[in-house]
Amino acid sequence: MRVEQIAVFLENKAGRLSKITGVLAENGINIRSLSLADTADFGILRLIVDKVEDAERVLKEGGFTVGKTNVIAVEVPDKVGGLASVLKIIENAALNLEYMYAFVNKSGENAVMIFRFEEIEEAIQVLQDNGIVILSGAEICAL
Amino acid sequence: MSTLFWEEEIETLPRAGLQSIQLIRLQHLIARVYTTVKPYRDKMEAAGVRPEDITSLDDLTRLPFTVKDDLRDNYPFGMFTTPMDEVVRVHASSGTTGKPTVVGYTEKDINLWASVMARALTCAGAHRGDMVHNAYGYGLFTGGLGAHYGVEKMGATVIPVSGGNTKRQITIMKDFGSTVLLSTPSYALNLAEAMDELKVDPAALSLRVGIFGAEPWSENMREEVERKLNLKAVDIYGLSEVMGPGVAMECLQTTRGMHVFEDHFLPEIIDPDTGRVLPPGEQGELVFTTLTKEAFPVIRYRTRDISRLIYDTCECGRTLVRMEKVTGRSDDMLIIRGVNVFPSQVEHVLMGIEGVEPHYQIVVERHGNLDTMLVQVEVSGSVFSDEIRVLERLAKTIEAEIKDMLGVTCKVKLVEPRTIQRSEGKAQRVIDKRNI
Repeated sequence: MRVEQIAVFLENKAGRLSKITGVLAENGINIRSLSLADTADFGILRLIVDKVEDAERVLKEGGFTVGKTNVIAVEVPDKVGGLASVLKIIENAALNLEYMYAFVNKSGENAVMIFRFEEIEEAIQVLQDNGIVILSGAEICAL
Repeated sequence: MSTLFWEEEIETLPRAGLQSIQLIRLQHLIARVYTTVKPYRDKMEAAGVRPEDITSLDDLTRLPFTVKDDLRDNYPFGMFTTPMDEVVRVHASSGTTGKPTVVGYTEKDINLWASVMARALTCAGAHRGDMVHNAYGYGLFTGGLGAHYGVEKMGATVIPVSGGNTKRQITIMKDFGSTVLLSTPSYALNLAEAMDELKVDPAALSLRVGIFGAEPWSENMREEVERKLNLKAVDIYGLSEVMGPGVAMECLQTTRGMHVFEDHFLPEIIDPDTGRVLPPGEQGELVFTTLTKEAFPVIRYRTRDISRLIYDTCECGRTLVRMEKVTGRSDDMLIIRGVNVFPSQVEHVLMGIEGVEPHYQIVVERHGNLDTMLVQVEVSGSVFSDEIRVLERLAKTIEAEIKDMLGVTCKVKLVEPRTIQRSEGKAQRVIDKRNI
């Protein structure tokens, strides 16, 4: 049920993002989704890719600081109030949502959101109990 | 204007007379240190020299050097020559790693310090009746208290204002009629800037002379301070290992060097690479032997300050040798806002934080009159996180630990691995962009 996410440390300077995407392209790795979080001094690029192990290796070889984290991919109804209904469940269960971002492709009629929780197992349980569909890494890469 | 002296006879003694005093004092010192301080005795034995071998001042070169690491190895009081019940005060300065360098003073040492400081003040034209504004920091740093006792000894009034709270300092200067300012040269420029903001005209104040030290400063800076504060700026030299402020002092008649109070502090200039004593007038590393201190004398202490000794007679009438303004260091010590900082201390702090690797670079800049220190730290896999707050907390932790250990505020910037410039495989730890 978990999806492996690659996180890369980035200094805020010209050309770094392009270097990362270039390294991935050269190695035939497809980026399925990404999110960039930044401060005045640095940024963290989070990536969902089709070949996680390869991506981690080639980025490390390229001199980047790379981390791997588990996130979950959640189907969200693509209509008004769709995300709100999922977030309500999370709020009611007092789960700590660290961050989230949208997945590019749709899963059938639904949108897909990437969620990062501190307590990932508990979050999966709560969401499933509430009838929310959680996609595996293989599933979202096939979208 | 006639020159005033605090101890005229000794300050104007012909060299031969001075040298005979120095020799007697040196012989007593070596004999005492040899019997009371094991680290000194061990080093002398290893060098094959005994106290009775010192029969002339030239024999000084037979004695081993003392370096900052000797003081660290014997931390805190291992190099003291007197029992602790005779030590009435301690001070401390930055060590090369986590531990500070500790120095001690007997009652007699405190009196001696006050005397040489009174000499220094008199040398700068200060006198009884002056209102001396002492903006050196009071505390473990020798600057504040060292200068303080000298002012009292000389009989002028000391205002122990210490550092910081610039607006209040200006009010005090105005209301109390401060005539002499003691501070770091960069703080003097801060004061000038604050006066400008507060619309206080320095010409309307009573300041006559500024005695500036504890950090290197140039002739350009002297010209700037003099113009902005409407006073005469003179340089003072000292370091805690030798005494504190009052080791050497510029007089009002020349800007070519500070008179070394060499009846107490015997200077040498050496080649920092070979340790060889250089001929008079050549530039090299300044080395001091304290001839009269009781609790914490030093023998051939390597200051790492680069200077030269000038033996010409000075117009002021003092026969004491002059040391040129310090032009650099033979090690990597930085002086940031008057605080001594060794890159190794920063490294020590980083090593103490779990997961942080000691890949760092210090960038020092001067914005206006203020020195800023930026520490760039490479983010390794072991401390990296996909969460912003974790990394921000890491940067804050490093900043706090550096402030705690070094006493200097810095900004930590997290950088990508291998971004710190490496020359010939060796990382360049310090980039000093200040144009002093």
